[in-house]
Amino acid sequence: MEPTHTHHISRQYNAELEEIRSRVLQMGGLVEQQIEQALNALVNGDTSLGEGVIMDDTKVNELDVTIDEECQHIIARRQPAASDLRLVMAVIKTITDLERIGDEAEKIARMAVRLADGERPKNNYAEIQTLGNHVRTMVHDALDAFARMDAQAALQTAREDRQIDQKYESIIRQMITFMMEDPRTITRALDVIWAARALERIGDHARNICEYIIYLVKGKDVRHTSLEQIEKEILGRRT
Amino acid sequence: MPLTPKTTTPKISVRNLNFYYGEFHALKNISLDVPEHRVTAFIGPSGCGKSTLLRTFNRMYDLYPKQRAEGSIEMDGENLLTTKQDISLLRSKIGMVFQKPTPFPMSIYDNIAFGVRLFEKLNRAEMEERVEWALHKAALWDEVKDKLDQSGLSLSGGQQQRLCIARGVAVKPEVLLLDEPTSALDPISTAKIEELVAELKSDYTIVIVTHNMQQAARVSDYTAFMYLGELMEFGDTDTIFTNPAQKHTEDYITGRYG
Repeated sequence: MEPTHTHHISRQYNAELEEIRSRVLQMGGLVEQQIEQALNALVNGDTSLGEGVIMDDTKVNELDVTIDEECQHIIARRQPAASDLRLVMAVIKTITDLERIGDEAEKIARMAVRLADGERPKNNYAEIQTLGNHVRTMVHDALDAFARMDAQAALQTAREDRQIDQKYESIIRQMITFMMEDPRTITRALDVIWAARALERIGDHARNICEYIIYLVKGKDVRHTSLEQIEKEILGRRT
Repeated sequence: MPLTPKTTTPKISVRNLNFYYGEFHALKNISLDVPEHRVTAFIGPSGCGKSTLLRTFNRMYDLYPKQRAEGSIEMDGENLLTTKQDISLLRSKIGMVFQKPTPFPMSIYDNIAFGVRLFEKLNRAEMEERVEWALHKAALWDEVKDKLDQSGLSLSGGQQQRLCIARGVAVKPEVLLLDEPTSALDPISTAKIEELVAELKSDYTIVIVTHNMQQAARVSDYTAFMYLGELMEFGDTDTIFTNPAQKHTEDYITGRYG
């Protein structure tokens, strides 16, 4: 039973559910763009790009509030059940994580603005670029899985979080080594650590979104369970 | 395999029940267990057989010559469908409240005492106590205590329906069948009846048929979804309304039927 959220007797209801679904994708697109631009701002020392990301956060916050309100109206007026209810619940949770992803991107952007006039590190934040690209792809894939209501793809994407965590750990170890060897690198190393931390958090939020998608499609709450457990749930009950 | 909710004792066990209105096969091989001291709701589109199923439990169909049931419905180890069954006694054990309030054209007091007199010899004080008790159970006492000698028909629709519930409760049945008990009532009266159902379930096993899905979701512990005379899905209400197993159930409760 794949949820479709159309084919209600009430066409107005179809339209309302479709509306929140497409607004989540709109918000997701905005957040994805924030991540990309924040990374570019950092790498290229582009102040105006960084400021653009900070401005965009207002739009993301507004969408967060608007979608929340629309969900409230649907609950109050339609009393959604089964997959419709799960869609509304998943949307409410997803937008919270998207909003936080936006906040993390904003942090990176603020850092980019602050560092723009300073001296560029020799490797031009290569480690942040690598991690950043990985995280950006993960967010993109999570939103894609949401758009297609694809639990398999969501699981696949949730798996990426482990690799992101590993990359984050290795950046931290590397930075600690630099700082111990040469205290003059401390300032730069700390900046890299803050940026990496923000990216790692974005990965966690993307994983949360994947879990909501699995809940939405399969009706199983897989938060706080291992990937292996989630896999079992997905392969399990199908009707 | 009968559908049985886990961790409950069945009060009524239906096995391979088939029901016919003349040639029309209205219930198709239904097997399910109605759990004791719980509220079980039957939902489904019009004509799915939910009221028919409810009416087999106290043999309402006996009134009509061309209607017949096959299979078994057991309560306390006894098959209710056999001809040996004393129908009046059965209906004192399994009470029923209908869609439209049906007070008798007599006083509020007599509406309740009438049924009790059929089964029990109570003296005046005992009867007064029973009437008061039943009206309390039906959350109607405070509204009618000063006018027990007035006609039952003088009450509002919601009050009349609660009077019918009090009448059903007064003979101390084990099971209460409610067939669309609030479909003719306003939201406040509906809320009172729903509240009542929640109160009554500690003493009775309740089965409710309703077209109002939200009502089933609000009052029942277990929900059975029926479609075209078949029992499609039966499970605890939380599961049915958040993650039903069958597409038919999902389509019905989310309003996807044409």
